[in-house]
Amino acid sequence: MTLLHWAVLSPFIAAILIPFLYKYLKRIHTGWFVFILPLVLFIYFLSFIPRTSSGEAILNNLDWVPSLGINFNVYVDGLSLLFALLITGIGALVVLYSIYYLSKRKEKLNNFYVYLLMFMGAMLGVVLSDNLIVIYVFWEVTSIASSLLISYWYTREKSIYGAQKSMYITVFGGLSMLAGFSLLYIIAGTFSIRELVANADIIMASSLFIPAMILVLLGAFTKSAQFPFHIWLPDAMEAPTPVSAYLHSATMVKAGIYLVARLTGVFGGAPEWFWIITAAGLITLIWGSISAVRQKDLKGILAYSTVSQLGLIMSLLGAGSAAFYFQDGDSALYMTAILAAVFHLINHATFKGSLFMAVGIVDHETGTRDIRKLGGLMTIMPVTATISLIGLASMAGLPPFNGFLSKELFLTGMLNVTEYGIFNLEAFGFIIPIIAFIASVFTFLYCILMFSKTFMGKFDISKLKVKHVHEAPAGMLISPVILAVLVIVFGLFPNLLAYSIIEPAMAAIAPGILSPGEFFDVHITHWHGFSAELFMTIGIIVLGVLLFMTFKKWENTAFYRGEKDLFNAAYDYGYDGLIKGSQGLTRIQMTGRLRDYFIYMCTFIILIMGYTMYRYNLPLIQNLDLSPIPIYTWLVISVFVGSILTIPFLNNRIAIIITTGVSGFLVALLFVLFRAPDLALTQLLIETVSVVLFMLVFYHLPKLKKVKTPPRMKTIKLVISIGFGLMITLGSLSAFSMGQEANYESISEYYTENSKEKAGGYNIVNVILVDFRGLDTMLEVLVVSLAVLTVVSLIRLRFKGGEDV
Amino acid sequence: METLVTILAGVLVTVATYLLLSKNLIRVIIGTAILTHAAHLIIMVVSGLKTGSVPIVGEGDPVDPLPQALILTSIVIGFAVTAVSLVLAYRTYQEVGTDKLDELRGDPDE
Repeated sequence: MTLLHWAVLSPFIAAILIPFLYKYLKRIHTGWFVFILPLVLFIYFLSFIPRTSSGEAILNNLDWVPSLGINFNVYVDGLSLLFALLITGIGALVVLYSIYYLSKRKEKLNNFYVYLLMFMGAMLGVVLSDNLIVIYVFWEVTSIASSLLISYWYTREKSIYGAQKSMYITVFGGLSMLAGFSLLYIIAGTFSIRELVANADIIMASSLFIPAMILVLLGAFTKSAQFPFHIWLPDAMEAPTPVSAYLHSATMVKAGIYLVARLTGVFGGAPEWFWIITAAGLITLIWGSISAVRQKDLKGILAYSTVSQLGLIMSLLGAGSAAFYFQDGDSALYMTAILAAVFHLINHATFKGSLFMAVGIVDHETGTRDIRKLGGLMTIMPVTATISLIGLASMAGLPPFNGFLSKELFLTGMLNVTEYGIFNLEAFGFIIPIIAFIASVFTFLYCILMFSKTFMGKFDISKLKVKHVHEAPAGMLISPVILAVLVIVFGLFPNLLAYSIIEPAMAAIAPGILSPGEFFDVHITHWHGFSAELFMTIGIIVLGVLLFMTFKKWENTAFYRGEKDLFNAAYDYGYDGLIKGSQGLTRIQMTGRLRDYFIYMCTFIILIMGYTMYRYNLPLIQNLDLSPIPIYTWLVISVFVGSILTIPFLNNRIAIIITTGVSGFLVALLFVLFRAPDLALTQLLIETVSVVLFMLVFYHLPKLKKVKTPPRMKTIKLVISIGFGLMITLGSLSAFSMGQEANYESISEYYTENSKEKAGGYNIVNVILVDFRGLDTMLEVLVVSLAVLTVVSLIRLRFKGGEDV
Repeated sequence: METLVTILAGVLVTVATYLLLSKNLIRVIIGTAILTHAAHLIIMVVSGLKTGSVPIVGEGDPVDPLPQALILTSIVIGFAVTAVSLVLAYRTYQEVGTDKLDELRGDPDE
């Protein structure tokens, strides 16, 4: 256990301590104790920057289950560090914000911070682990913690719905990801990501490459809310706002991005990887941005905007994966996409975090998040309005904020794609920048809409539930202000991060592209001449403003009025259908009728025996060494068959008992013919006692009525009975003939020879029963004793009342 | 003779199955009793029904004694089971007032 291991596990340890602090230190808001941890971790991770920026990576091993290749190896390179800094940095700000957001008196703070710390630790585990199974374990912990946080207000129905939905979707993805990891293990024989990257060519050549890739991507896409798995994210907005800001904008939803970026070294270079990721990202981008325009709830807008921005990052990662195809081509051509992805990842975390917090403030102060009720808050909440303006301008891609720079890089990356000349891009490549452009127009549109609807226009207190609206307390504003300042700082001085954070992360995403000692060229500027990107940006702004100006015209269209996502309906329908379908299926087969279950059993026995006989050319009824049939046997057997066949037709109680008795006595007679005196004796006795018992019981039972069975049922019964009888006959004949064919010497020879010599008895059957195989007899005695006890207790024990169990 | 007895056992199984599929509790119990007979006959048959003396030392070449021992055990167990199910049927009728299996069904939702 090194310090790094402790760093990953520290949130879990803290989570154990939180309930005690909450219980015994009621006077101080529990958040203050929690706040220290991410802050310390953030500073600790900052100390790694000098090492990672020089291209160094830190690997600390810790065996967990070495026999299965599962080890808790912590690995820090540029990419892990970037995510670790995001997690701890935004984590600290979110905790600070939540201290003012959640009331000390009204809320169950211990639950909140335990879940949040659990999540933080799991997230650190995901980004810092080198072992796929360890990543999977932490991955599922993030799913669980996320669901717990979404359902934090568990008395609300919508919270539970959102939590369940996110749980189902992300756990579905997690499980397929586990399957993908297992396939990777089968191919390469290791769970270590670094070793997988080293064996990338073996994996590429394997026939399991595509299944492994798709399964892993399912995990990444569900977690990162990619189309069509994005539906859980808007419903996760039922969580408290600090949770939405932390989990559903800055960290958890980027776990999928992290996974894709991390495994680019393994799968990158394949056309399937390029197309799946780029296409999924672009569809998500455009779908999310269009859906965001339709939303009326501030958090709903932000949720869809997150979906869309995640799609943007994903498509950039897809476009950048071509680097592995070219290996040593023009690195500026495709590495721009990776650079844009990494840079936008950071930018998105900053502005989206601040926007969520600003929305939380609006919600907190006005009591609503509905844009139709809000308006004119600019003068009432100037600080919040400024923060929102900065965040939204950055999201829309306006200079001088950081969103502008990453949007420009994004457009460059997308335009570059058309120049690759591989993977059929010559034919379809031109679509990619067009989609990017349209999506950016809608992004611009919802950004203006969100700002104008919330902060501009007329302020109308009558629509709000609260009486007095004012600016948030200073403490609540600290975190969004810090984030908004970062938005500006990264916007004005983008190269602050270039070689300390971004370049090492790029090098980690694209391992093996650089030769030692080389660096990617990271130089982000505001002005790079009159390029195509600039005109596109101008076009975006013009079109966006145009659409906003004509808002009155399309305000009442079905497009804007509808809010529900198409895929939500599909999910709900599928969910209900699954439940109803399985209920229906159970109702069909579990009828509660004994007869139906008998029918199932007999049918399956018939089918299985029949198939087996057919398959192995049974029955082998040939050359049977049969014993002769004495004449009187014919007589006994014909009487037997006659008596047994009458039983089903009888409706008289006494007649049915007597006929059953007759068949029992005929069995005894057969035993006589087979030279089994002991059996005959026992059978006679037992049959007599049975008949007496039947008589006794029948005396107390109602008369047998002639049951009317529908002819169809009668046919089914008949077919099944005859089939079952036939199978048993054929089966035993086969057993007999196979026994003869094998021609083994019977062990009975031993009993016959040694009955007198060793056991001192003449009756061989009796000697077997009490001497050679005495254990059987002992247990059989036990069976009879138990039966007697059961009969006695059934008759004697009567519980009065409360019998209905 | 083995073929003949096997066919007899098959007929027994057919009738037993037919009774097991009926709606009446007592018919089901009778069905199980008949099924027991069929099983015993089959155990007897599959080891061969060669002619010989009774399995007692000194009577000449005896028939196979092992299946007889097995059947003896089985008869007793079969009887115990039949007795218990009969008493169970009797008690069920006393408590519930019916011997129709369809009427003994629980609620469909249970």
